[in-house]
Amino acid sequence: MIQNFSKILDKAIEEIAKLPGIGRRTALRLALHLHQLENIEVEQLLSAISRLKSELHTCQECHNLSDTPVCTICTNPKRNHQLICVVQDIRDVIAIEATHQFNGVYHVLGGIISPINGIGPEQLTLEHLFEKINNNPVEEVILALPTTVEGDTTNFFIYQNISDKVKVVSTIARGIGVGEELEFTDEVTLGRSLIGRTNFETAYSKNN
Amino acid sequence: MHLDKIQLINFKNYKSLQFDFNGKVNGIVGSNGCGKTNLLDAIHYLSFCKSYFSGQDIFSIKFDEELFAIHGVFSNPELNTIDKISCTYKKGARKVMKSNGKEYERLSDHIGRYPLIMVSPYDNDIINGGSELRRKFFDVIISQFDKEYLYQLISYQKLIMQRNAVLKQCNETRNYDMSLIQIFDNQLIPLGYSIFEKRKAFIAEILPIFKNYYSQLSGNQEEVDIVYESGLEKCSFEEGLKSTSQVDFRLGFTNFGVHKDDYLFYIGSDKPIKRFGSQGQQKSFSLALKLSQFDYIFSKTKRKPILLLDDIFDKLDPKRIAHLLDLVGEKFFGQVFISDTDKNRLHQILNEYHIEHTLYDINTQKMI
Repeated sequence: MIQNFSKILDKAIEEIAKLPGIGRRTALRLALHLHQLENIEVEQLLSAISRLKSELHTCQECHNLSDTPVCTICTNPKRNHQLICVVQDIRDVIAIEATHQFNGVYHVLGGIISPINGIGPEQLTLEHLFEKINNNPVEEVILALPTTVEGDTTNFFIYQNISDKVKVVSTIARGIGVGEELEFTDEVTLGRSLIGRTNFETAYSKNN
Repeated sequence: MHLDKIQLINFKNYKSLQFDFNGKVNGIVGSNGCGKTNLLDAIHYLSFCKSYFSGQDIFSIKFDEELFAIHGVFSNPELNTIDKISCTYKKGARKVMKSNGKEYERLSDHIGRYPLIMVSPYDNDIINGGSELRRKFFDVIISQFDKEYLYQLISYQKLIMQRNAVLKQCNETRNYDMSLIQIFDNQLIPLGYSIFEKRKAFIAEILPIFKNYYSQLSGNQEEVDIVYESGLEKCSFEEGLKSTSQVDFRLGFTNFGVHKDDYLFYIGSDKPIKRFGSQGQQKSFSLALKLSQFDYIFSKTKRKPILLLDDIFDKLDPKRIAHLLDLVGEKFFGQVFISDTDKNRLHQILNEYHIEHTLYDINTQKMI
């Protein structure tokens, strides 16, 4: 894939191919495409990329991405600051925001505890979360972490550190996906759904 | 449930092979190295999507070839159905299992459809190998019918790995932080108890069946026993973890828990068969284990697994062979495949016990 005729093209391919999900062949295609763009288009792209680095911050409060030192969710007075939803990373904030079901604020951990991968509690923003709750007690903390062994470990760790300061520590429900058939649900999930069954009346009134 | 037909292409030592089988007893005969075991392994593939012997599919491709294919036709006389199952693997590509031309999304959807039990000389490892082989043997049987158990087992193993990683880090940094260890322990404890209870219950269920098979095979010659041994019988999980915690930190792994369980196999009621059993007695023991597995699967699924008896006459004395053939002759088993090097011996012996059978000569690739 190395072209003998242009060191500039080679360099461009090399840099583009460092991006996730992009191989050298796609990198070549993108490089050739970029070369054919108008000057103004290239400048717009370059400026967008460079502002991503220079002007995009992580929120001082919740570690979400933000244009300002504190993000628009944390500064929004209409949101319930007594309700904190703990998530693994920024993609989870985007996913939960898309549901329009949540009016509290977030706390982004930046990962989950997994000593095998060298991620201990100190690598995450957990200290900051505990400090926030210590200084400013809240009504409820929702743990919205992956339903894996690592996610559970992180849940337990957080619970141990905040349970005496927060009225309610809750975790997202585990069970059958909406619109799914029982027969296609795996045994473990179905078993959990039965153990964690909900009262029909409350479930019905909440959904409608 | 029978395998009616098999066709092999470039599988192990076969360039190509095609056989029609009967639904009862099939004898596979041929000289050393002609591929009797390989044919049985191909049948194993059709049931479990993998080899009984080697973990890597690439070793099942004939030397210097690019791919192998196994085609089988299974019939169910009760339901009057016929299914074509195929397993193909090409170097560098993924293995494809098809049922009636339609590819399975997950191999696990196929496993269990055609239950099968392989009895092989390698089963000896269950007796003489490390405790992990015995745990695996029983865990596979339990988790086949209890997906919650499988999930608990996987979670438990992951937690142990994470806990061990913390232990190693503590050792390197000299910073013995118990809070994270404590969190892993709190999660391990309920899982460990559940696994312990299920293993105990399984052994209690299978033990009388096992003893019965062994006494039938040996002609009531000797007593045998299986004792499930777990640290949880001696003290609580919490106490156990506490008692080994210093050693854990020093060695960098967890020394107490159900991942250290073992199953003790005894002969003459209290002598370990590993040390005191003869080769023939050990063979009878592992054979009785496999036949108990047959009963267990049959009781759970109401279907008789296909039984593959590889080189079964090796090491057993004529009396025990007679008892085994009595069992086969009773027709409790479904379809059976027996391999032997001596076609006359196999033919004679099966006739002697009035067992209807067909013989297949691997050397000539013909039915006899």
